[in-house]
Amino acid sequence: MGVLIKLEGVCKSFGDFQALKGIDLEVTEGEVVCVIGPSGSGKSTLIRCINLLEQYDVPGQITVDGIPVQKGKNLSAVRAEVGMVFQNFNLFPHLTILKNIMLAPMRVRGTSDKDAAQRARELLQRVGIAEQADKYPTQLSGGQQQRVAIARALAMEPKVLLFDEPTSALDPEMVGEVLDVMKKLAHSGVTMIVVTHEMGFARQVADRVIFMDEGQVVEQGTPGNIFDTPTEARTQNFLRAVLDH
Amino acid sequence: MNIFDTFLNGKVFIETLPLLLSGLSITLQLGVVSIIGGLFFGLFAALIHIYGMTPFRIMMKAYIDIFRSIPLLVLLIIVYYALPFVGISLSPFAAAATALILVAAAYTAEIFRAGIEAIPKGQFEASEALGLSYRHMMVDVILPQATKIVIPPLTNNCINVMKDTALASVVAMPDLLKQATQAQALSANPTPLISAAVIYIIMLWPMVQMVSRLERKFKVEDR
Repeated sequence: MGVLIKLEGVCKSFGDFQALKGIDLEVTEGEVVCVIGPSGSGKSTLIRCINLLEQYDVPGQITVDGIPVQKGKNLSAVRAEVGMVFQNFNLFPHLTILKNIMLAPMRVRGTSDKDAAQRARELLQRVGIAEQADKYPTQLSGGQQQRVAIARALAMEPKVLLFDEPTSALDPEMVGEVLDVMKKLAHSGVTMIVVTHEMGFARQVADRVIFMDEGQVVEQGTPGNIFDTPTEARTQNFLRAVLDH
Repeated sequence: MNIFDTFLNGKVFIETLPLLLSGLSITLQLGVVSIIGGLFFGLFAALIHIYGMTPFRIMMKAYIDIFRSIPLLVLLIIVYYALPFVGISLSPFAAAATALILVAAAYTAEIFRAGIEAIPKGQFEASEALGLSYRHMMVDVILPQATKIVIPPLTNNCINVMKDTALASVVAMPDLLKQATQAQALSANPTPLISAAVIYIIMLWPMVQMVSRLERKFKVEDR
């Protein structure tokens, strides 16, 4: 399996604040990477740089499948290969669930109306809400909306899926249904980078866990390494704070 | 002479009605051309104002502010009476349409800007993350949502443009008001003026009602 995503010396500043301080990272095909760490550690900024929702600073470099992620004519192509699921779902409220999923394949890939609709229904089946196809997003619960958002991202058949705290805006009773869908995806071989506070999910599903703090990767390894035998003091403190209560 | 013979004289009304209707036709033409032109250029100006390169943004901002500040009557008189001095002679209709479009576009641009800026950032990010081009993002995602927000204020603006067409009578355009004043002079009776006023009200009242209905409807849907 080859390297799919490569970050070299990626920095990002917002004014005087340095959100990312030189990140080097490689993600291989089929790998599920969970990024954990305290709020403000740069986790979300990191994945938002991968599809250039945030412009990282020169001279860092990010490539997806060998294509540099930068402004210009390749950007849409890169973004089509990188699916993203947001904390607040960001479904299109004026379109039905089905149309939400069909839009990008039709506009970006040139898929026909019929094929896009069929594919959208398959995806809704896969995330377990086929019967909601003709409703509008606001008529669905948060958990259902997030599952639609996952289906929408999958419709582009991306090479990698980025999850930006996908369960943080959900009511507690809906977290499970979204995590279940994500687990199924992970087991089906989809490459995933997941920024999350769900330690149970990270431990169970991740191939690799990355702990970030203050804009740096402090420690990374298998879930066993990170959760059971963390070597860095910052990792130990963080895990003690989130797990012991 | 009683008040009916003076202001609501049936005979004068019937005699002058054809003149008024020909004026109404001109008023409608001018209104429709100005509204469509204003919408088109207003949307264009709004997109440049929000997303254009810096020099164009500054130009658009200046345009919008200047044309929202200048009284329409002043602009109309400049277009009709001053531009001929630099070799631009416009017909009354063209002069009136130009002035109305320039001002309507400035107001429309502000309405569209507010509508687009009211769309949450997440909608732009989701569109971008899916790989939609700028054009598809605007056409399929942002503008349909912004349209809903801007329809009530845009309809208000259309009402204003329709009303402002009456100013064109000062550049000798034979619109409804101009024809009414002519008819009043000919018949030595103010009934045509009253008739014209009633025609304006009949024409615009439904639009005023529609704005209220739309505002209520969108409020309910937002809940």
